[in-house]
Amino acid sequence: MSKAALEKLQATFGDAILETHSDCGDDTALVKAESWKPICEFLRKDPQLDFDYLVDLCGVDYPERAAQKQRIEVVLHLCSIGKRHRLRLKARVGSGEDEELEGAEIDSVTSIWPGANWFERETYDMLGVTFRGHPDMRRILMYPEFVGHPLLKTYPAQRTQPLVAYRTEEEAGVPLEKQAPFGDDEGLAFPRNDHDRDAEDPRTKLNPHKTEAI
Amino acid sequence: MEPLDLELEEGELELPSEPMHLNMGPAHPAMHGTVRCVLELSGETIVKADVQIGYLHRGFEKMCERGTWAQVFPYADRLNYVSPMLNNVGYALAVEKLCGIEVPERCQWYRMALGELARISDHLTCTGAMAMELGAFTPFLWFVKARDMIWDILEEETGARLTHSFGRIGGMAAPPTAAFKELCKGSLPQVLHLMEEGEAMLLKNRIFLDRLEGVGTISGADAVALSWTGPCLRASGIPYDVRRVYPYLKYDEVDFDVPVGKNGDNLDRFLVRLQELRQSMRIIAQVLDRMADDGPVNAYAPGVMLPEKHDVYTTIEATIQHFKLVMEGAKVPKGEVYSYTEGGNGELGFYLVSDGSGTPYRVRIRPPCYPITGGLQKLITGAMLSDIIPTFGSLNMIGGECDH
Repeated sequence: MSKAALEKLQATFGDAILETHSDCGDDTALVKAESWKPICEFLRKDPQLDFDYLVDLCGVDYPERAAQKQRIEVVLHLCSIGKRHRLRLKARVGSGEDEELEGAEIDSVTSIWPGANWFERETYDMLGVTFRGHPDMRRILMYPEFVGHPLLKTYPAQRTQPLVAYRTEEEAGVPLEKQAPFGDDEGLAFPRNDHDRDAEDPRTKLNPHKTEAI
Repeated sequence: MEPLDLELEEGELELPSEPMHLNMGPAHPAMHGTVRCVLELSGETIVKADVQIGYLHRGFEKMCERGTWAQVFPYADRLNYVSPMLNNVGYALAVEKLCGIEVPERCQWYRMALGELARISDHLTCTGAMAMELGAFTPFLWFVKARDMIWDILEEETGARLTHSFGRIGGMAAPPTAAFKELCKGSLPQVLHLMEEGEAMLLKNRIFLDRLEGVGTISGADAVALSWTGPCLRASGIPYDVRRVYPYLKYDEVDFDVPVGKNGDNLDRFLVRLQELRQSMRIIAQVLDRMADDGPVNAYAPGVMLPEKHDVYTTIEATIQHFKLVMEGAKVPKGEVYSYTEGGNGELGFYLVSDGSGTPYRVRIRPPCYPITGGLQKLITGAMLSDIIPTFGSLNMIGGECDH
């Protein structure tokens, strides 16, 4: 690891670098979220630093920091294959109680390292951080109908997700009698009562058209 | 009289066609059951591709936040289920880095030997499966037979063939068995022999070579930009191997080469894996020479390691210690750490955040084949439909790891 990278960052960006440490030998810089992209561009382009390899990008949720608008910590690990040094870059974004995140947005670095694409999608999927300028901000590990972001500390581990509703006739373009042959009980042999609390959610209302058709 | 179409461009001769959409996977046999490719085809050429993963997502990271630090080991086994020992060791090293523990020399050699055995089984599976997906079933059986010999050794050592859960924070679950060196010395030449037989069947096969050579090519710079590591990156000519560049355990004390490819195509990825198998065997031979036959395996770290079983049954102090370690978990110092090792597919990283309690605050895994699978779209766009099979096979995507 290289202390030089940290010193150079501090000399160049000054106030934008909030904190640095080298615990366990990992050089770390906490930076302002607004300067996230300029700093990344600098790290990539500077000939002495030359961080050409994005190792990892992930997020950590700290609900107790929500009041300071620093709830989600976006963590970026960088490495330079030629220069053989590494750096960890962090920025804190977002506020909000429970699962309603507000302002959890940060610039995407996919234009600097194309490999960030899937890592940013995963961070969005798991923690709800939106990356501005990302070409394809979709969920990646979860399905599109998933409600919430599972790696938030406020997401209960035992929560059951609402069942995915049938597609309507218009949406699927298939007549109802040709769609999946399950009734309101989703084809289960026993009734599932776990979803009562999500009763308001229109998506849990299973296939209103089906009964009409029959 | 000259034919009329001489003046026409070649493209104009093609009949105009509607693009066709094709779903490949997740139930396609060559997609390992866990990846779905949505393709837009023009004829047989892929115009657009969307690679979708997540079919094997089991919430590894969320599960880790609910148990103790030691309870992560069984989950780590199930990440890359072809080389579980490498995950075990990788996670153990990460927690040890956070705790500041260094394991005794004998344990380091032991971890290297087991890790290299796991790497052999990983590469054998990948190359064998790749050959099978291209229709060469016999070499697959050769390779799996060789892999079974590796698993026999691992079974003898750990008691399990696949999910060993053998790593511990500060050591291993058990010291090497008395027969370990004998077993390795007996089996490895046979493994090499089987591998060479399989290799000879493939590398003279015109059909096999034609489907690999020049297909799925990626340059070194592109591979780095896509965060590729491991054999796939080295096949593009970048000699980046964590074991060499950032040596951990005792990798700086053994002799081995880092094989690199030239063209970054499927054939190079295949050949790099075969060469790495030989290097792993070379490393194991040296490790066996240098690993002591006796001496401690576990570090002296009472706050983390379980006490000896004999003491637990005979002294109250050890009983209490055992109880607290099992019920509350080892207290890992507050802080964050990123530790990385060379897994079967490349850099396997663990980013751990501890709040000082017995439960991890955050366990983040950096699966090596996640960014590699992310690059698949780039490799197959513009290629032929049938090129997906060897290209996807050569990336060695492991569902458990990629989908967390």
